[in-house]
Amino acid sequence: MKMNAASKIYTALILAFLYLPIAVLIFFSFNEANSTSVFTGFSLQWYRELFADRETLKTLYNTLIIAVLSSAIATVIGTAAAVGIQSLGKWSKKLVMGVTNLPLMNPDIVTGVAMMLLFVFIMGLFGGTEILGFWTILIAHVTFNLPYVILSVNPKLRQLDPHLVEAAQDLGCPGRKAFFKVVLPNIMPGIVTGFIMAFTLSIDDFVISYFVSGPSFQTLPLRIYAMTKRRVEPSINALSTLIFVVVLVLLIIINVRQATDEKKLKKNIISAKNAGTK
Amino acid sequence: MKKKSLSSRLVGSPYYVWAAIFIVVPVIMVLYYSLTDRNGSFTLSNIADLRLYADTLVLSVWLGAIATAVCFVISYPIAYILSRAKASTQRTLMLLVMLPMWINLLLRTYSWMTILEDTGIINSLLAKIGIGPVHMINTSGAVVLGMVYNFMPYMIMPLYSVMTKIGRNTIEAAQDLGASSLQVLCRVVFPMSVPGIASGITMVFVPCVSTFYISQKLGGTGYTLIGDVIDTQFTNNARNMGATLSLILMVMIIICMLVMNQFTSDDDEGAMLV
Repeated sequence: MKMNAASKIYTALILAFLYLPIAVLIFFSFNEANSTSVFTGFSLQWYRELFADRETLKTLYNTLIIAVLSSAIATVIGTAAAVGIQSLGKWSKKLVMGVTNLPLMNPDIVTGVAMMLLFVFIMGLFGGTEILGFWTILIAHVTFNLPYVILSVNPKLRQLDPHLVEAAQDLGCPGRKAFFKVVLPNIMPGIVTGFIMAFTLSIDDFVISYFVSGPSFQTLPLRIYAMTKRRVEPSINALSTLIFVVVLVLLIIINVRQATDEKKLKKNIISAKNAGTK
Repeated sequence: MKKKSLSSRLVGSPYYVWAAIFIVVPVIMVLYYSLTDRNGSFTLSNIADLRLYADTLVLSVWLGAIATAVCFVISYPIAYILSRAKASTQRTLMLLVMLPMWINLLLRTYSWMTILEDTGIINSLLAKIGIGPVHMINTSGAVVLGMVYNFMPYMIMPLYSVMTKIGRNTIEAAQDLGASSLQVLCRVVFPMSVPGIASGITMVFVPCVSTFYISQKLGGTGYTLIGDVIDTQFTNNARNMGATLSLILMVMIIICMLVMNQFTSDDDEGAMLV
């Protein structure tokens, strides 16, 4: 359906609203002056400053390490959990899914506080040794990633035809092999979605990390938080511009790939239909 | 029923253990800290002290409710427009709506601060034409704006996804039977999008009520929300009061969810994720 003029104007206004602050961030990243409101001239000095800032680069590295590890661990444990949950009885299934939904329902701040209290309690048991740092952040990220993995694998498992596994077993494929040869390839799209979701959530998380982190280990969002506390800091703008460009390129690649996959699928269906009529 | 093999029972156990230790125990910890004092002995004084924060709680819920309502009013038309557009246009526009979400909330909020400040972009533009300065930062309006801006895509997504499920022929049928566009909207589209509205409202209201960064940056010291208070309690090492405030926040959100869940369909487990 064609959009009418009013719809077009409304859509344009919404997009303008959504992109205004991002445009501002990008525009002032090229500012010569140390100001985020008055543009004096073009300069790349904030980019230079950003790349000279070892502290920020270190936190970027930390963020990526946590994202890769936490999403990988969550994907393995979560996929196994989704498979295991299927074979639970009705009530145990309800209980497990209820617990799984808890981190999704709770506001981030509550999840963060709750995990911190656990770590603080454990610290108290061991005479107050500082444990807030890499491990606590990793554990927290795995924990909030798990529900997303489970919820993206679950529907794929439900769509799976149970006769497929039985057929494989009838044909002499032992249980474990049947899982890896039959079940796993079929639920793969759900696993990949879960992994990507977990990865992006982990990179983006500020609130939960904020509560479970210690001075020894900082992630990029925590660094950004510290930087914005100190007021004017145009290297933040340079950083956001770079993040924006990377995300934009990635999303365009994913989207173009999806579009071509769909076209291929359509073509295959059409040619299959044609073959059928011949 | 077929007997399940032992391995299919065991495969979930790492998760059950993990969930028990890191999801269930922390919630118990919140309860434990809110019912004890600094020395670990039982007390109800934290709960009693909640009355000191009644104003903050009311303000958080109030601003959160306004932001959610504004989000809904702005998002409903755009979700409808998107759901009726050409497939390729839908894809591109949805990408454009989602893209800002990939920039960290801290950065987006910080940018609004630089726009709204007394010496910010809007005011320096206004000064050029001889108006102003207009005071915008550190007002409740700025806080609501920040909430609406940051969480609007959470409203658009579920609305869009229920609306794409409304078939074109359903709408055409209503039109053929003589319904005006307004009637189509009120009698067909709106009732059919109720599950999306309910999940949109929860997805926006929860982060709005519990935010602390947005109110810090855009509200200054005048608009302290429940999230800010929790943050302050923990920075000041007042863990027990912080835990109590988190507990009350959790209870409030769960009640809100239970109410909203009455309107969402059960089979839509993925609707929360979109």
